[in-house]
Amino acid sequence: MLSISREDVEYVAALARLELTEQETQEYTEQLNSILGYAAMLERLDTNDVVPTAHAVPLHNVLREDQVRPSINHEKALRNAPDGEEGFFRVPKISLT
Amino acid sequence: MVVANKYEMVCGLEVHVELQTKTKIFCGCTTEFGGEQNTHVCPVCLGMPGALPVLNREVVNYAIKAGLALNCEIAEFSKFDRKNYFYPDLSKNYQTSQFDLPICGKGGLEIEVDGEKKWIGITRAHMEEDAGKLVHSGETITTSNASSVDYNRAGVPLLEIVSEPDMRSIPEVLAYLEKLVQILEYTEVSDCRMEQGSVRFDINVSLRPIGSTDLGIRTETKNLNSFSSVRRCMEYEVARQARVLDAGEKVVQETRTWDEGQGVTLTLRSKEEAHDYRYFPEPDLAPLVIDREWVEGIRKTLPELPDARRARLQELGLSAYDAGVITQSKALSDYFDAALSHYGDAKTLANWVMGDVTRLLNSNQCGVVDSPISATQLAELLGLIEKGTISGKIAKSVLEEMYSTSKDASTIVKEKGLAQISDEGALLGIIDEVIAKNPQSVEDYRAGKDRAIGFLVGQIMKATKGQANPGLVNKLLKEKLA
Repeated sequence: MLSISREDVEYVAALARLELTEQETQEYTEQLNSILGYAAMLERLDTNDVVPTAHAVPLHNVLREDQVRPSINHEKALRNAPDGEEGFFRVPKISLT
Repeated sequence: MVVANKYEMVCGLEVHVELQTKTKIFCGCTTEFGGEQNTHVCPVCLGMPGALPVLNREVVNYAIKAGLALNCEIAEFSKFDRKNYFYPDLSKNYQTSQFDLPICGKGGLEIEVDGEKKWIGITRAHMEEDAGKLVHSGETITTSNASSVDYNRAGVPLLEIVSEPDMRSIPEVLAYLEKLVQILEYTEVSDCRMEQGSVRFDINVSLRPIGSTDLGIRTETKNLNSFSSVRRCMEYEVARQARVLDAGEKVVQETRTWDEGQGVTLTLRSKEEAHDYRYFPEPDLAPLVIDREWVEGIRKTLPELPDARRARLQELGLSAYDAGVITQSKALSDYFDAALSHYGDAKTLANWVMGDVTRLLNSNQCGVVDSPISATQLAELLGLIEKGTISGKIAKSVLEEMYSTSKDASTIVKEKGLAQISDEGALLGIIDEVIAKNPQSVEDYRAGKDRAIGFLVGQIMKATKGQANPGLVNKLLKEKLA
């Protein structure tokens, strides 16, 4: 069975930009292993003839016609934004180079 | 292509093309270019909690159409996935894209470089949403630590077309890109306006020792938006990698960016910081089941593609070069075909379209779609030459007049009295006059100086302001002097 190591937890935390304490890392490692162990019960089932599930609801082709609908204005768009200026959202400067 | 006498270049490309739907991929906001910042947005494309995306049917239609034009397999089952990353160009912290079940599978297209044909494979093509725009301007104290974001472009539908690493030279890369963009333009799934960022290129390139079949370590340079940038970027990057290898070092596998101003590629992020996108199926969107009827229905809407058109024009007697020029853009090719349906001489038509018509359009910076001379009008003009109503020379000035007035050729010929004089009686009168005035030339001709007749014909043309039918003048004059 798959198991989650401390390193896995630290890696996922870094990807999610989460800073974990020593105790939290320990705790989450245990919890994630417990969850995985629970899900491992599925391995006892014969799934050879089961098609992989892409979606939990048996729906497909939910489509919309290509017709323009009104957008919202600056004020509404920015109402929940922590920072904005002249109709722009403002975010901490991020430079990739 | 041999680099530094010992390396072979291997290149594969990812091309992002904006599909020209009216609305975004998952919401009804307009895709119109250039609106005031954050005015083409709604809770869906702003990623507000609880907002539900719904897929635009036209995006699927266009993706299938592009896929068919690029000889791709169209999936029977396809789904969307979330590509997770932290960057504020999308407000959701993920991009809705397709991971393991893209809409288009294997395909490819044929290129020709220096007369040699080569098949370039396409690995896949998938649908995804475009991201918003970050503006890093303003270096004042208040703005230096912040970026401004405009989400108007977030959610505009993209098709990402991934090629196989089949290209071995920069000319092959450019031929592939030109062909790809040409096909996309023909299918009308995108306006392909590169200056507006409708088509963007990512270049994966590596070098390996000549003779080696293993792939070298590659770099990916992202977000180029013109053919000339691609060419310059590749020239730089290939030379850079050759220098690294020559020095006995290893190329670092990394993502790079092209600095147009400095003409160099720079490290964007190395593999150590490479993104782990943790793709997982998008729970807010139902999967797609594409039955064959849907695909065949779209196949019927495919236009005649560039290769087929070129072949047809060559069968009509055009040279490979001329057929290539005419079919370069769908607009010009459509114009040619429209005129051809009213005027049968393809070669003469091609000469006029590529010559005088193109020259007039270019000098007025006018696209062929907006040409003041319709294809039918051009055909009528050429018909007048064929019938002998006007000479080719007069036709050129009629064409100019047509361009500035949009009048029909026959109207202009009538209004200006430009019709060719093909009336023997009228011409004989003029010929007699000219003969009487130029006894020396007549004598020269009779003494065996054939060139003298040219002078006499010139005088007759002058006397008729160029309207005399030159063939008839020649014939009548020779009879007179015989």
